[in-house]
Amino acid sequence: MKPVESVGAAARPAGMSDTAVTGTPHLMEGYNFAYLDEQTKRMVRRSILKAVAIPGHQVPFGSREMPLAYGWGTGGIQVTASILGPDDVLKVIDQGADDTTNAVSIRRLFERTAGVATTDHTEDATIIQTRHRVPEKPLRERQILVYQVPIPEPLRFVEPRELETRRLHALNEYDLMHLKLYEDIAKHGHIATTYDYPVLVHGRYLMSPSPIPKFDNPKMHRNPALQLFGAGREKRIYAVPPYTEVRSLDFEDHPFEIQHWEQQCEICGSGESFLDEVILDDHGRRMFVCSDTDYCRTRRDTAAAGQAAASPRRAAPEEA
Amino acid sequence: MSAAAPLLSARGVSKHYGVHTGCEDVSLDIWPGEVVGIVGESGSGKTTLLNCLSTRLVPTSGEIEYQRRDGQSVNLFRLTEGERRLLARTEWGVVHQNPHQGLRMNVSAGANVAERLMAVGMRHYGRLREEAGHWMGRVELDAGRMDESPETFSGGMLQRLQIARNLAIGPRLLFMDEPTGGLDVSVQARLLDLLRTLVQDLGVAALLVTHDLGVARLLAQRLVVMKDGRVIESGLTDQVLDDPQQPYTQLLVASVLPV
Repeated sequence: MKPVESVGAAARPAGMSDTAVTGTPHLMEGYNFAYLDEQTKRMVRRSILKAVAIPGHQVPFGSREMPLAYGWGTGGIQVTASILGPDDVLKVIDQGADDTTNAVSIRRLFERTAGVATTDHTEDATIIQTRHRVPEKPLRERQILVYQVPIPEPLRFVEPRELETRRLHALNEYDLMHLKLYEDIAKHGHIATTYDYPVLVHGRYLMSPSPIPKFDNPKMHRNPALQLFGAGREKRIYAVPPYTEVRSLDFEDHPFEIQHWEQQCEICGSGESFLDEVILDDHGRRMFVCSDTDYCRTRRDTAAAGQAAASPRRAAPEEA
Repeated sequence: MSAAAPLLSARGVSKHYGVHTGCEDVSLDIWPGEVVGIVGESGSGKTTLLNCLSTRLVPTSGEIEYQRRDGQSVNLFRLTEGERRLLARTEWGVVHQNPHQGLRMNVSAGANVAERLMAVGMRHYGRLREEAGHWMGRVELDAGRMDESPETFSGGMLQRLQIARNLAIGPRLLFMDEPTGGLDVSVQARLLDLLRTLVQDLGVAALLVTHDLGVARLLAQRLVVMKDGRVIESGLTDQVLDDPQQPYTQLLVASVLPV
């Protein structure tokens, strides 16, 4: 941890929540701290430092074999393993949820190999590894968000040649990306790209934000937290340092817009979060719920506490 | 732009492919607004020369000076790659013989024209559409087919689309490599007519590579005859075609089938 960011030492709260594991309960024998060997971690940290120094630029690194398949977050795990310290508090989410397979297995890997504390609470975590979402609760300084990235090259689908995409990055020629957005509008009447929406970082490098919904793009802009991106199969690391400008590409007369829902979350009543549509039965019944489980639970708990204190009626959900 | 200096001036340009010669010691000037034709049989180095002048090939030796829009004279191969590419996309157009090389077949016709405008920084969708429609109209394409894939266009239409795409940025110099090759004669005639009008109206200079002396006579004011990579004769088009001096040029002119 020390060479990269001195995060975490002070951050662990005393009474951790339900899932928190404290101390070193059952560390696995024969594994180095946080699974990776120290030499590998040094190599990964060097790439991270370079990535932080050149915001949005893809830095190659010697990606290792991990105990799970490519596409399951091998890049994110290697980044997390390299920056994790014994005092860190880790949160892992998959599509916003703490309790899905991918999140559970990655969290368990680090519980067993590093013995670090884990949490569901966004505000308690010092490192958050994520697949496809940025948490709804605003992040703060000294937190690190680690994204799992399947395809780090934003130009890949418009230019298949790696040599050529590197040249385009080097020469700052990104009009191909606008060509894709132009085609979107010509075909659909609006920019139909909804996730992995390309961004320009610090006015220089075109970057894939990983397959987060474009709803989350504005959260990347001038975020106080450090954002790291790891692509295991493609062997690339890139970064957005705290408070860096992240602009989503658009046209002057078709400005960037995020998704909106007519519905509100049926569990917590939020009209401001990213909603998942859940099919309930074979008769077409469905419900909309927050994709961020921690955000949703916190709102529900707060509302319940407020209700218990004040009126027995449920508070009116706020306007969308 | 006063014509005090040539737009592009090549001196001693040679390109070798290993032991083979692409072109050898070619010197050539293109003045603002004029169309220069390069003729010669296939394999004589015409396309190699065009590619060297348009910086898509790096010559083995020789210098190429270019007078930029801002009046500054630059040596093309002393520029960085980034500067060269910027120059090519802001001041030049390249029309390929095969339109598939010069177009993106997987995006709409309108996007093909708009791409060149986006490459020079235009970021207003409405205006991009307007410009694309305007230039498609100028080359006699139905602007209503703007959102269709070029796959649905005929050969002649593709060639016109390619020309529209290149004209959209208001180029000062067009490189054309057999622009009418592979088209049937009536389509060729209309395309030539169109090219002649556009080149005249817009005052754009052009370097035209062709093996068809008829095309050269119609479009080019000056002619350069190449053989085995070397320029063997050059002069006003009518002069060269009516009174060829070199035996090879005489053969070339005599080989045209009378209609």
